[in-house]
Amino acid sequence: MRAVLRRFATGGGIAGTVLFALVVLAALLAAVIAPGDPMAMAGRPLIQPFSDWRFPLGTDRLGRDVLAELLHGARATLIVSGAAALVTLLVGITIGTLAGFIGGRLDDALMRLADAFQSVPTFILALAFVSIAGPSLASVVTAVSLGAWTAPARVLRAEILSLRRREFVDAYRVLGMPPLQIAFREVLPNALPPVITLAAVIVANAILVEAALSFLGLGNPNSVTWGAMIAEGRAVIRSAPYLSAIPGVAVVVTVLAVNLIGDAANEAIHARRVQVP
Amino acid sequence: MTRILAVARRRLLHSIPVVAIVVLGVFALLEAAPGDAVDAYLVIGGGDAEMIQRLRQEWGLDRSFLARLGAYLTALAHLDLGWSVAFARPVSAVLFERLPNTLMMMAAAICFSFSAGTLLGIAAGARPGSLRDRILSLVSLGLYAMPSFWLGLMLLVGFAVKLAWFPLGGIESVGMGKTGLARALDIARHLVLPVLSLGLIYLALYLRLMRTGMIEAWRSDYIRTARAKGLTPRRIAFRHAARNALLPVVTMLGLQAGALLSGSVVVESVFAIPGMGRLAFEAVTQRDVPLLLGVFLISTLMVILANLFVDLLYARLDPRVAAEG
Repeated sequence: MRAVLRRFATGGGIAGTVLFALVVLAALLAAVIAPGDPMAMAGRPLIQPFSDWRFPLGTDRLGRDVLAELLHGARATLIVSGAAALVTLLVGITIGTLAGFIGGRLDDALMRLADAFQSVPTFILALAFVSIAGPSLASVVTAVSLGAWTAPARVLRAEILSLRRREFVDAYRVLGMPPLQIAFREVLPNALPPVITLAAVIVANAILVEAALSFLGLGNPNSVTWGAMIAEGRAVIRSAPYLSAIPGVAVVVTVLAVNLIGDAANEAIHARRVQVP
Repeated sequence: MTRILAVARRRLLHSIPVVAIVVLGVFALLEAAPGDAVDAYLVIGGGDAEMIQRLRQEWGLDRSFLARLGAYLTALAHLDLGWSVAFARPVSAVLFERLPNTLMMMAAAICFSFSAGTLLGIAAGARPGSLRDRILSLVSLGLYAMPSFWLGLMLLVGFAVKLAWFPLGGIESVGMGKTGLARALDIARHLVLPVLSLGLIYLALYLRLMRTGMIEAWRSDYIRTARAKGLTPRRIAFRHAARNALLPVVTMLGLQAGALLSGSVVVESVFAIPGMGRLAFEAVTQRDVPLLLGVFLISTLMVILANLFVDLLYARLDPRVAAEG
């Protein structure tokens, strides 16, 4: 574990961790730095950034403090993407384990289902789901997970398939342990590492999908989101492009941080040395 | 050739259950949506209770679940995707009118990201760890983290509003009466920014994939052989390493079809391009469920077709792909 950590501590891994820590800090301190309702009017509309010390990042069309919105948006982004990643991993792990360990007809059926979900343009599926179920935190999380569960399911299934003929599985069978218990208690933990490196990809994707959904006005209506801020800035994009630019930079920084962490973790776990010719 | 035909047959058989699942899923979503086709129809025309009753009977909406499913499948078989409330026209007519714009944009984005991405990936992977490789990797990481709609907005601010090099949106200039080559050039000028905002993100993906493939290839025996033969590094990079590194990129092409369709929803909305993606968004804002699911169904079929094509291409490129398995 210590060796893995040492390999993780490359330039990219450290940069990603620091950036991500900043986003988490922003989300945690949102209520301290910017108390009150971030959607409430705070001052004169359309104050340019860096011109008024009370509003370091300026105000939007309705006089809302951009910094406050940005901090509260970090919170919304982390909650939605974290929940979506959790749901995606849970569903993917359950389906992948069942398909891989039980096999046969169930495996065929589940893999055809995965094929179907992988053929669907995921964002249009998310759009359809949210517009039918109505925008809310739960529906956005479900919509993101609907398009993402196939990747962990497939990776886990492949891993389980390579494990299920091992001797320790036979040993538990001889001991009389029920198959599902063997699958989830004994085989699953051994199959998890490659799925965990997938987690970063899932989180990054969830942030981008959530941003796009709220950009189109289908995000969680009860919280400030970066996507909605970008959309809001569109109306004054000629005179105040900073309103759309700032939350976009926040999205890029967060996704970049997650990707950097994922890449470094992947390298550290696989520990493959690149030979330069 | 028979090998490729066999691959085609197997893949076609394989996609039948996939299409069936998607169609069933779309039907389930239609059923789950509040209101039915008659409610939607009445929004335009209006009518009394007796007419509602008659229409429901006529369209089979008062029958059992299975009968409704049967009616839906029969309609689909006749290419009837239902009635669009927002446009007061059949869904299929609206769809096929919008499809060419999206296809044009997607084709341009794929060509751009594939060619530029693989070339830059070869450049980066030719000497891993070099300054050129580091800069390219950094740029691709940044691009890969960008939401396409935001990239589009920023390009719009920079190149259309500030510099005024490109038009602000739309697919062509209205009312200029341009024909032939002039019209084609006009459309191309309108497509530059949307294609860039869609394509740059996938360019980053291809660059990364190609680079990894190249690094992988440098470690293999055939490269050592090529080097032992005394070939120049450039020739080894292009003729030997790049050819094999290209295979995972080709696989990605098929997956990109779906992602591009997803991306076209936001990008077409930003640039006001009357294509299928924007149609999906219009369907959402106007609460037109049959239209939205029509877009969904057609775009899924397009992805399945694109994947079929990519599988065949892959089988053609890699002789190890057998007809079985």
